[in-house]
Parts: sequence; C-alpha cells; structure tokens
Amino acid sequence: MAGETLTASSYIQHHLQNLVYGNHPVNGWGFAHTAKEASEMGFWAIHVDSMLWSIGLGIIFAWVFSKVAKSVTSGVPGGLQNFVEVIVEFVDSSVKETFHGKNSVIAPLALTIFCWIFLMNFMDLIPVDFLPQLFHLAGVQYMKVVPTTDINVTLGMSLSVFFLIIYYSIKIKGVGGFMGELTLQPFGKWMIPFNFLLEGVGLIAKPISLALRLFGNLYAGELIFILIALLPFWAQGFLSVPWAIFHILIITLQAFIFMMLTIVYLSMAHEDH
Amino acid sequence: MNINLTLIGQAIAFFVFVVFCMKYVWPPIIQALREREKKIADGLQAAERAARDLTLAQEKVTLELKEAKQQAAAIIEQANKRATQMIEEAKDSSRQEGERLIALAKAEIDQEKNRAKESLRAEVAALAVAGAEKILESAVDAKAHSKMLDKLAAEL
Repeated sequence: MAGETLTASSYIQHHLQNLVYGNHPVNGWGFAHTAKEASEMGFWAIHVDSMLWSIGLGIIFAWVFSKVAKSVTSGVPGGLQNFVEVIVEFVDSSVKETFHGKNSVIAPLALTIFCWIFLMNFMDLIPVDFLPQLFHLAGVQYMKVVPTTDINVTLGMSLSVFFLIIYYSIKIKGVGGFMGELTLQPFGKWMIPFNFLLEGVGLIAKPISLALRLFGNLYAGELIFILIALLPFWAQGFLSVPWAIFHILIITLQAFIFMMLTIVYLSMAHEDH
Repeated sequence: MNINLTLIGQAIAFFVFVVFCMKYVWPPIIQALREREKKIADGLQAAERAARDLTLAQEKVTLELKEAKQQAAAIIEQANKRATQMIEEAKDSSRQEGERLIALAKAEIDQEKNRAKESLRAEVAALAVAGAEKILESAVDAKAHSKMLDKLAAEL
C-alpha cells in the first residue's frame, strides 16, 4: 500500500479514501496522494472513482433498460423484458399507491433512483480488496468502488430531489402558497417565526436525512466488510458470507427506501392544504 | 469526508439519467404493459362473452330439441290415428262388401230354390196326373182338370 507498512488503521484509511483529482494549493492540478492532500484541495476537487463508478453503473442501467424499451412488445415477453417489466411494474405500483396526481416525471425518477442506487449499493458485495487491488496493480493509488459510501454522491442525489420538491411545491401551490405552508403552520399567523423555524427544519431535514441514511448504511456496511477482511483468513468466510447475505437485504432496502421517500416527499409537495 | 465537486457532478449525472429514463425507457415499457393489460382484459371479456353465448346456444338447442320431439310425437300420433282410421274404413268397407255378397248369394239361393220348387211342382203335377191316369186307366184330360191340377200344385 503505497510503500507504507501495513497496519490495521492504515488499511482501513486506505480503503476509505477516494481517488481525488483537484487543484492542490502547492502541487497544482493532479491526483491527491494522501488524505491530507485531498482535504487541502477543498471544494474544487472531484472524486474520480465515485464519478466513474456511479456513471458507469448508471450507463449499465440506462443501456439495459433502453435496450428492452426499444424492442418492447405487448405480446409474450422474453427473459430480459420480463425482468425489466417486473421492476417497472413494481416501481409503477409503488408510485401509484402513494402519488395520486398527474406527473410524468415521478415514475421514471423513482425507477432511476431505485435501479441506480441498487447497482451502486451492489458494488458493496464485491470483495473489498478485489477491485482496489486490481487498480493498485494498474498504478492507481486509491479506489473506492461503492459510490453510495461517498457522501457527495448521496447528497448530490438527495439535493436534486430537494430541488424537485421546491420546484413542484412552487409550481402547484405558487410562491405564496409555498411560503404560507412554511410559515402559517402549525400555529397560525401569530407564530410566524416559530412556524418558519419548525417547517424550515422539517424541509431541510428531508434531503439531509435522505442522503445520510443511505450513506450511513452503506458506509457502515463497507466498514464491516473491511473489518472482516482484517481478521485471520479462517474467520473471514464465517463472517463475510452471513454479512454479505444480510447485506443483499440492506442494499435492496436502502434503494427502496430512497425511492419511496422521494415519492412521498414529491407527493407531499403536490398536496394542497 | 470532503464535500466537493463530486456532489455537483453526481447531481448532473442524476439529472441526465432521469431525463434519459423519462424519454427513452419509461414510456415504451409502460405503454407495452398497459397494452398487454388491455389485451388480457379484452381476452377475458371475449371468453366471458363466448361462455355466455355457449349457454344461450345450449338453451336454444334444448328448446329446439324439445320442440322437434313434440313435433315428432304429434306426427306419430297423427299417423297412428290415420292408420286406425284407415283400418276402420277398410273393415267397414269389407264388412259392407261381405254383407252385399251374402245378400246376393241369398237372393240367388232363393231364386234357385223358387225355380226348383216351380220345376218340382210342375213335375209333381205331371207325376200326379200320370199316377191318376194309371189309377183311372184313362187319360185325364189335362185341360179339363187343369183347375184341379193347379190346386194340387199349389198345395205342394
């Protein structure tokens, strides 16, 4: 590992470090070689590994689904179409149960969220050392393969959802209506500052909780995989396999929760009080 | 954990994928699903209709069968009636014919009898005359005694 002696903490730190490209105040544009350098780059740096994996997985999703969409038939479906239809049907029924308005964005949005987050989470099931070691041999120092263990990724998605919430709130209720919702509840017009504080926190909490829930679950899961990988080899199988099986549930559940909450938040944005 | 450009990059990627999904993935698949739903619903409806038609047809068949049976029974009855009638008629006519024949035969017999009687009478008269002649040994004048002879013949 970059010439250092391999200790448990350096192993863990190495695994949790993204591959960062950015403008270092001293070294100029380039990849960060240490975690310290990465944090010194500030906001104008990018996690190359997170971006590549998330976009790559998004392209896989888009490719598979658009391939089916191109040859889709209302007759007898083939294997892949069946698989895709099950997911689409599942997302469609989830959206219909919760959201009763008319909106052509929410269902495709929910489908994208569910499939994409599931695929990104799925990377967690690949043995923790496998891909980083491959990239290490190719000369890449850091490689974090699970994009959803990067807070930037989850926050990026939840903030997008947050902007959609605000957009639809204003579109459906108007600026006045939205403002009224924020300030005139739950205690009437004599308590406007207090109401605003309450509702504002509630509103801000939506994207933050959405991002942190997904990030926290996957980060913790990844960390436990890393800790298991530190154990002697005979113990790894005992622990890694049950945890991986349990994790199948978690990654699906987290993708589902993110999708479901997005639908709920957007349907709340559509509701007129 | 550093918050950095990745956040914006991810948001842009998210936006692109959602738009792609909205344009090229969701509409065709959901349309196909709806179409299949409609097809299945239509198929089920058609099956239901066919079943209903079948019941109706069966009912009609039973009804027509019943009618046909009734008709057949009526025809058979009529035929039987007609046959009995014909037999009766035949019996009647044959009886009448027989009676006529019997009457005819009887008349002929009577005629024959009368004729035989007549001839017998004539013969008896002649025999009587001959007998009387023998007894009297003289000729009996048939003319002179015709009155008596006729009387005799009438008594036979």
